[in-house]
Amino acid sequence: MANLLWLQSGGCGGCSMSLLAAEGPDLITTLESAGIHLLWHPSLSEQAGSEVRTLLQQILDGEITLDLLCIEGSLMRGPNGSGRFHLFGGTGVAMIEWVRQLAARARYTLAIGSCAAFGGITSAADNHTDATGLQFEGELRGGLLGSDYRSGGELPVVNVAGCPVHPNWVTETLIELALGEGAPERLDPLARPRLYADQLVHHGCTRNEYYEYKASAEQLGQQGCLMEYLGCLGTQAHGDCNTRPWNGEGSCTRGGYACINCTAPEFEAPRHAFMETPKIAGIPVGLPTDMPKAWFVALASLSKAATPQRLRENARSEQLIYPPTPQKRKQ
Amino acid sequence: MSRIIVGPFNRVEGDLDITLDTADGRVQAARVNSTLYRGFEQILLGRPALDALVYTPRICGICSVAQSVACAQALADALGVTATRNGELCRNLTLANESLSDLLTHFYLFFMPDFARAVYADQSWYETVAQRFQAIRGDATRQVLPARAEFLHLMGLLAGKWPHTLSIQPGGSTRPVQRQERLRLLAIISGFRRFLERTLFGDDLERVAALRTPAELDAWRDEKPWQHDDLRTFLHLSDTLALAQLGRASDRFMCVGNYRLEGSSAVPSGVWTPQRGRQPLDPLQIREDVSHAWLRAQAPLHPAQGETQPVAEKADAYSWCKAPRLDGQVMETGALARALVAGDPLLTALVLEQGGTVHTRMLARVLELARMVPKLQQWVQQLAPDEPFCTPAPAPADGEGVGLIEAARGSLGHWVSLRNGRISRYQIIAPTTWNFSPRDQRGQPGALEQALEGAPVRRGEQDPVAVQHIVRSFDPCMVCTVH
Repeated sequence: MANLLWLQSGGCGGCSMSLLAAEGPDLITTLESAGIHLLWHPSLSEQAGSEVRTLLQQILDGEITLDLLCIEGSLMRGPNGSGRFHLFGGTGVAMIEWVRQLAARARYTLAIGSCAAFGGITSAADNHTDATGLQFEGELRGGLLGSDYRSGGELPVVNVAGCPVHPNWVTETLIELALGEGAPERLDPLARPRLYADQLVHHGCTRNEYYEYKASAEQLGQQGCLMEYLGCLGTQAHGDCNTRPWNGEGSCTRGGYACINCTAPEFEAPRHAFMETPKIAGIPVGLPTDMPKAWFVALASLSKAATPQRLRENARSEQLIYPPTPQKRKQ
Repeated sequence: MSRIIVGPFNRVEGDLDITLDTADGRVQAARVNSTLYRGFEQILLGRPALDALVYTPRICGICSVAQSVACAQALADALGVTATRNGELCRNLTLANESLSDLLTHFYLFFMPDFARAVYADQSWYETVAQRFQAIRGDATRQVLPARAEFLHLMGLLAGKWPHTLSIQPGGSTRPVQRQERLRLLAIISGFRRFLERTLFGDDLERVAALRTPAELDAWRDEKPWQHDDLRTFLHLSDTLALAQLGRASDRFMCVGNYRLEGSSAVPSGVWTPQRGRQPLDPLQIREDVSHAWLRAQAPLHPAQGETQPVAEKADAYSWCKAPRLDGQVMETGALARALVAGDPLLTALVLEQGGTVHTRMLARVLELARMVPKLQQWVQQLAPDEPFCTPAPAPADGEGVGLIEAARGSLGHWVSLRNGRISRYQIIAPTTWNFSPRDQRGQPGALEQALEGAPVRRGEQDPVAVQHIVRSFDPCMVCTVH
């Protein structure tokens, strides 16, 4: 059995809430069948108060092995390096101090969500709580544990980034590690599991036909592509949100609003409004991944010229105006 | 007199510790410390107005849609835009989906597992209850998680995902519903309804929702053995452990109203006390007191003028939480308050007998599940796929706005000020800010602090089980509390 300990700090708890919605099978069954034993999770476990304090001490004393340490929420070092913005309840000790000590004992350390990975929402604006990720501070390596940190299993912190995470991103990463299949080459350059980070949100987007013809929605709620006007970063964002949807059939773009690239460091502080596309000379500043600018401009103007009426009109409407015309067999 | 510190607390959302002064086997005084400060009210300053829709749901992963709805209403108020009827229906559906999921999660995953603790091993009911409700291992968890996940498919359709959607906008919803999706929504809600009827109520929803007096509730309970369903099990435990005598606070209840549709609210707003019954609520009488919070000292302010400036050291401070008061009074908020303000006859009669207690708070949540599900079915039927879902918001300029709604845990308020299209002030009061507030400048303890006074402490108990029941009877959300 692999022992798992889950702690929360400067976040919203939303990654845990998302995880509880794991399906096929449910979370408890998934963990059980992967041989993962939950030492403690703040939403699920019976133990409270002194029982938890005793458990943590036993881990630090080496009496209980810690295989998987999951940290959710950013690590707040303020004010003045004291960590006082979060003293772990009942202990009087800053959560950053607990995390430093426990990470030294862990076989694998996982950052659950973009807060724990990179600092996330809590580090937005002027970051007055001095929030950071475990091993990244925004795009820079370092963070709470430092860039040289390796867990007992010789891995850096595994950044299961997302705001929130998809339940399967967490369960599959845990299973991979529990099976002993974790390896540095299974992580992308931001230490995100390639299990889900090797895809783009654009893949499988239901608005793809609109994207192909640059038939764009101009207002929220319309059916067209969200990239040109409404801030969508799906062509740049890493994640399999549209090939493996959320809560049954959903994703951000299916929900009618932009992908805000929540699996990336510093997504929380764009230099523009989230739901507007910044442009220079009419061309979006962020181009699709691996796309040369000149080609994008050429293809976009060509495809705009070729946009069928069906897509041009439907793109700017909440409801379908023109259904696709049935193809006739050749006479 | 001796002092114990209970914490960390789990099966609450977020982190919490409580200092208890005990003597003669009772809690004499309690101080509730919300241990986490993140500072959303500062993060929002200077951002473009509509960016608040990205940040505010991320205050809380369990009340995410509630935060979105309060934010969208505050922005709509400031921008002078009215949501479409479809948009209001979608908003009500997603908000109810989240709230009912929370009520269910609270009952099964947060509250009931405490009865499987070893301290109760000598009780006649222990083995049955432990088998069903033990944390992680109990049968109930395995039934509830899939039912909850399936019910949240409603979010997949209407909100893209849960938590943290951007579908909820000042002018309505970004997610037009197609004809086949409307039917799918009905199927999802029916599935959830069947689950509740089979597992929680052991009876038709309507029969439970129609119980009007304590005598009717007792008669219903006695129709079947206590092991028949989970509500009867709770009623049995509540009886044998006298939960009706545990955790009484100030008995002053507040609800800001909820589920707006074309100018009227399905859940009414008001204040309720045993002496005066229902009275109108005046939100202008709200003040936030910072005398015992690690925040810069100042006189209590209305949230439209509110400020949030953390300080690391301050005499008398013991929490990051402000102390909101209505006309100087401590208020309790939540499902029980909603039922009392709405004039629910069963809960009114029970509270007149026993006050707001662990028993009445829990019963109010369970009954709200029974009463709300048919509402969701009606709202889906009212969706008109050919009508508009979202009115575009005008370009933000200057303005002030308020959004007052009910989250699962009680009254939630957002107050926003805009200057030149950017946020110049944003203040939030969450349900648990009310319920778990520290003392105010007059020394009045907050609602939970009052509810804990007199709680029994067994010999040698480090984490008194009665305290666990009382704390969780409020279903606290600590990440919302301080934000």
